[in-house]
Amino acid sequence: MKLLVPVKRVVDYNVKVRVKADGSGVETAGVKMSMNPFDEIAVEEAVRLKEKGAATEIVAVSIGVQQCQETLRTALAMGADRAVLVLTEESPEPLAVAKLLRALVDREQPGMVIMGKQAIDDDMNATGQMLAGLLGWAQGTFASKVELSDGVATVTREVDGGLETVALTLPAIITADLRLNEPRYASLPNIMKARKKPLETIAPGDLGVDVTPRLTTLRVAEPPVRQSGVKVGSVAELVAKLRAEAKVI
Amino acid sequence: MTALVLLDHADGRITPAARSAVTAAAALGEVHVLVTGAAIGAVAEAATRIAGVAKVLRADAEIYDKALAEPLAALLVRLAPAYDHVLAAATATGKNVIPRAAALLDVQPISEIVAVVDAETFVRPIYAGNALATVRSTDARKLITVRAANFDAAAAEGGSATIEEVEAGEATPAVSRFVSTELSTSDRPDLASARVVISGGRGMQNGENFKLIEPIADALGAAIGASRAAVDAGYVPNDYQVGQTGKIVAPDLYVAIGISGAIQHLAGMKDSKVIVAINKDAEAPIFQVADYGLVADLFAALPELQAELAKAS
Ligand SMILES: Cc1cc2nc3c(=O)[nH]c(=O)nc-3n(C[C@H](O)[C@H](O)[C@H](O)COP(=O)(O)OP(=O)(O)OC[C@H]3O[C@@H](n4cnc5c(N)ncnc54)[C@H](O)[C@@H]3O)c2cc1C
Repeated sequence: MKLLVPVKRVVDYNVKVRVKADGSGVETAGVKMSMNPFDEIAVEEAVRLKEKGAATEIVAVSIGVQQCQETLRTALAMGADRAVLVLTEESPEPLAVAKLLRALVDREQPGMVIMGKQAIDDDMNATGQMLAGLLGWAQGTFASKVELSDGVATVTREVDGGLETVALTLPAIITADLRLNEPRYASLPNIMKARKKPLETIAPGDLGVDVTPRLTTLRVAEPPVRQSGVKVGSVAELVAKLRAEAKVI
Repeated sequence: MTALVLLDHADGRITPAARSAVTAAAALGEVHVLVTGAAIGAVAEAATRIAGVAKVLRADAEIYDKALAEPLAALLVRLAPAYDHVLAAATATGKNVIPRAAALLDVQPISEIVAVVDAETFVRPIYAGNALATVRSTDARKLITVRAANFDAAAAEGGSATIEEVEAGEATPAVSRFVSTELSTSDRPDLASARVVISGGRGMQNGENFKLIEPIADALGAAIGASRAAVDAGYVPNDYQVGQTGKIVAPDLYVAIGISGAIQHLAGMKDSKVIVAINKDAEAPIFQVADYGLVADLFAALPELQAELAKAS
């Protein structure tokens, strides 16, 4: 079975982003970029399935600017076999991404698409569900465990009340949650090897997809800042303040 | 304009988050709610009494019983043409279903709105809440999930809506099947809507030590939450996680114990009214958002706190 794994290039999770003074967006110039952490988990899951013999080939896909090649090389170094970059000027919206991925699914015919549950930049948590809808496939979102047997993926999902397990007829979409696995670090030899793995670049037009956004960002603002508080000297003082001053207990 | 809200319910009760979604919808126009599931008569009845709801659509059928995304999204797609807005609370169900339905309707969904500006324009956090984006949708129909912590829940009583039956659809595509759930059981208030939340982090060291928090939570009527590190380490179940990628809470009082205050954690609790932090490291970033900070070893502070709360005020 072939696996398709979409990976997004995002501002690194350790960076505290700053809103641009003109309110047009957040400052990304000179900011460290990395693979979306949930996508790393997705790549790791795919690699483990291949190592177990449940998958034969892993195709990593990224949609965005030229530098997404670096993100794809990371996926290749982790164990993906080849990569496709859909080159765009900006990062398209989830709907456009889902359409591009559907076109790639038509071309590649994977048995499963494993992707992150959410990108930590736009925090949309939507693309996997949308791709599943467009394909008419089953979706196993927020996955913390995936087991494959006889054309069925049994997926344990992290839901509000705890865990839920669903059985999905393949082909299916899986979106990874934090506890699905702990992604490996690529070893130096694997990073070297990844440089030689195939990386194809295509345009959205090649896939027949219009990526015009449906949402216009009117402005981006800083959230309200919290007034800095006080340090208390003892538990007794804390409780007294919560009772008399804050009146919350 | 008319808005349809997919109403979350669990154990026969409509969740406060669902009633928050009703509040958001009421800012857009007349509100209809969709109640789905098997044998949901009582829930649909209760939905008619939610303040501000004009009509309850009841889809009572086995295929909707476990709120699987595939049949629910298909149902929303069938009902959507009569509505300008289709909303759900940003719960596990809402997040699972709304984007799928949106794709089928060729709509870009708007996730986790925190404010309604007008019928087309919404505010939503991006980058773990470090920025707030005001976005305008050009889609003819809007599909939206609502961050419950930012909208007061509509009153559970006061409405007098009518009920309309909705025919169940075919289970198409019939590609998923419910197997089982493993739900955390607790007599404590629900984390997402509790008035007081006490969360433990990696500083708790193990699950056993969370017992130190329990009597304090009992005294305050609090829900217990956790950081990702505490969940990853297996101290507490996954549904305790507060943060960017866990639950978003905004209680009157949030107490962070042995939590450093990573941006991903802050994203889930910094809208709380009053924040208390107990941490032995005076430099921990959690103190930058705390109204009251106590630099102390939690293993000394928690028993003291329990004793202090036991004293009459
Ligand atoms: C994609 C992604 C998503 C994430 N989503 C979330 C999320 O939703 N929620 C979340 O919480 N995190 C999330 N994280 C993780 C986040 O980055 C931090 O790693 C995590 O919040 C740290 O948890 P912590 O504060 O418990 O642990 P630590 O950062 O290790 O902090 C432990 C704290 O305990 C204190 N301490 C230790 N012992 C004691 C003692 N005896 N007495 C008092 N204090 C003590 C220490 O001083 C320290 O400040 C996410 C990360 C990524 C990459």
